[in-house]
Amino acid sequence: MTLKTLLGAAVSTLALTTGAWAQTEIQWWHAHSGRLGELVDEIASGFNASQGDYVVTPSHKGNYSETLNAGIAAFRAGEQPQLLQVFEVGTATMMAAGGAIKPVYELMEASGIDWDPDAYIGAVKGYYTTADGRMLSMPFNSSTPVLWVNRDALAAAGLDPDMDLSTWEQVETALDALKAAGHACPLTTAWQSWIHLENLSAYHNVPFATQENGFAGLDTELTLNGPVQVKHIQAMGDWARDGKFIYNGRRNEGGASFRAGECAMFTESSAGYAGIKSEAAFDFGVRPLPYWAEVAGAPQNTIIGGASLWVMAGHDDAEYAGTAAFLNYLSSPEVQAKWHQDTGYLPITKAAGELTREQGFYDANPGTDIAVIQMTANEPTANSKGLRLGSFDQIRGIIDEELEAVWAGDKDAQAALDSAVERGNQLLRRFEQANQ
Amino acid sequence: MEKRVTFKGWTLPLCLLLPQVAITAVFFFYPAGQAVYQSLFIPDPFGLKSQFVGLGNFNYLLNDPYYRASFATTAVFSGLVTVVSMGIALYLAILADRLIKGAGTYRTLLIWPYAVAPAVAGVLWMFMFNTRVGVVTWYLGLLGYDWNHVLNEGEAMGLVVAASSWGRVSYNFLFFLAGLQAIPKSVIEAAAIDGARFWTRFRTIVWPLLSPTTFFLLVVNVVYAFFETFGVIHTITSGGPQQATTILVYKVFSDGFVGQDLGSSAAQSVILLVVVGLLTVIQFKFIERRVHY
Repeated sequence: MTLKTLLGAAVSTLALTTGAWAQTEIQWWHAHSGRLGELVDEIASGFNASQGDYVVTPSHKGNYSETLNAGIAAFRAGEQPQLLQVFEVGTATMMAAGGAIKPVYELMEASGIDWDPDAYIGAVKGYYTTADGRMLSMPFNSSTPVLWVNRDALAAAGLDPDMDLSTWEQVETALDALKAAGHACPLTTAWQSWIHLENLSAYHNVPFATQENGFAGLDTELTLNGPVQVKHIQAMGDWARDGKFIYNGRRNEGGASFRAGECAMFTESSAGYAGIKSEAAFDFGVRPLPYWAEVAGAPQNTIIGGASLWVMAGHDDAEYAGTAAFLNYLSSPEVQAKWHQDTGYLPITKAAGELTREQGFYDANPGTDIAVIQMTANEPTANSKGLRLGSFDQIRGIIDEELEAVWAGDKDAQAALDSAVERGNQLLRRFEQANQ
Repeated sequence: MEKRVTFKGWTLPLCLLLPQVAITAVFFFYPAGQAVYQSLFIPDPFGLKSQFVGLGNFNYLLNDPYYRASFATTAVFSGLVTVVSMGIALYLAILADRLIKGAGTYRTLLIWPYAVAPAVAGVLWMFMFNTRVGVVTWYLGLLGYDWNHVLNEGEAMGLVVAASSWGRVSYNFLFFLAGLQAIPKSVIEAAAIDGARFWTRFRTIVWPLLSPTTFFLLVVNVVYAFFETFGVIHTITSGGPQQATTILVYKVFSDGFVGQDLGSSAAQSVILLVVVGLLTVIQFKFIERRVHY
């Protein structure tokens, strides 16, 4: 018996035993329900069918906050999943939890898979990458805000539906015309803090917080009460007072009004595409997020929202090998292109974007590439690569409260944003103390 | 003279007490002790490290104007929920008590809302009053009233009070009705013969005889408003606008499970424990004196 046959026998026995043993299970906790939940299941079953060693089991754990809490509680009980989906505002919390996570770059290096972090789109990857360029979590669903337009409503108000709406000055003219024509809801928004402060700041290249928006250290302080932000929020507040901007709620409540045709313009995530396309009974269009023309340096680039996948610590090598294989599958152009086209989320790799273009999706669905262009137009600066702030979910709550005070006419923009900064900074100091 | 049962020795009484003591220890003393212990630390969410800060968490909270405002919000909210739900329940119970035909049907219908879970009740009210698609909002709009509890603090408070009281009316109704039916008819008839009108009879006979029920409901409803209305607030307002409906319990949740600030959350639980303890003592010391058993 030669060495070769011996080895061959050993390998086949090994293969047989692995086959006979149960496959290694990879738990994937996520926050997608409805159609998105089905698409997540499709990705997992696609991976499971593509190989025989690992089984990825997705489970829906509630909304983003609930999923993060489930992951934290599970970690404390020693029952954590291999993969946990965490929304972008939870990034600082996860990064600070060194002992609870396994950085993605480490996982991929150890797996031996040929993996190129540069394949990912910079503006997407940057949010989840350390200052020295190491990717900590795998971007999954990312989107960026755009302006959705009800073209029929513009036409009814005597406006050209193709009119230029690149700047807020132009939007204001349209709002005036809509209001004059008696329109009940010229403009509404979803996710006000994300769109009208976080993205506004990045898009105009002004800081949202010190220390490179928190990327450079825990001792960061909010600076969202600068002149650009105050000007914008004051303008929105004036529009709210005059009935040109209608506030519907902190999350995406405004979406129902827009899709029902009640509102003429709507600032919302590019991922609103699937819902608007299936429900809107009017001619809709998508435009880049407007900027203030008078601000020098605008438009820079917008930042992402959405979530990434974190690998949790405390699992064995086989499970990590399976997790790495799955993340690699997830990043493949085919899987990403399908996810991008089905959901309106951004492609996370350049190859997925190119594949989508080759498949003719952008030609068949005009405007769906606006989000990609808007994000990748300029190389991100320290002000526009993202935000990394502790307790950010709660800080957003504070910002929501203060913005509501402006919409209700209780406070002017300067007072509200000053108060948001002061209250938010207290939480940042608490977070710094907890993570020293 | 009081009747006392005396036991010989300690074994039997201890054995009889043991199950209750064990349950209290496991489900109350242990978690409460944990809360007190944790309130002295600032831990990170994952339980990897923790820093002792002494009374730092309490200091932080009591210096926070929004936390202090939350006390007032809680007082207004629980006061309104208690008064509204007990008042309506008493009124309905008096009406139902006088019914001769169809009493059973009315009672069953009035008890129904109690079967609805707070979170579900919250969703029902949220849809009725939704600022854009709500049925009630639409009718109010026809009347020329622009309902917007998303921005208007008074409307938000009114809405959560209504939603929290709604299911509670049924519960209170049951107790009031039972209390009313326990009052001997002969007493009331005698007063009626003496010429006492309904209001006089109610004030001098029914209300005093109903006082044990009322007192019991007062205690139970205040505790309900403090702790069990979480689901309603979470689904309808999430504590907004501008923290106008952030009651103490909601803040424990939002700091602990949204903010992951477990130290502050634990300290708030301890403060809440003290507040409810004090309230109960006050109720038993001062209000119970006016109760006629």
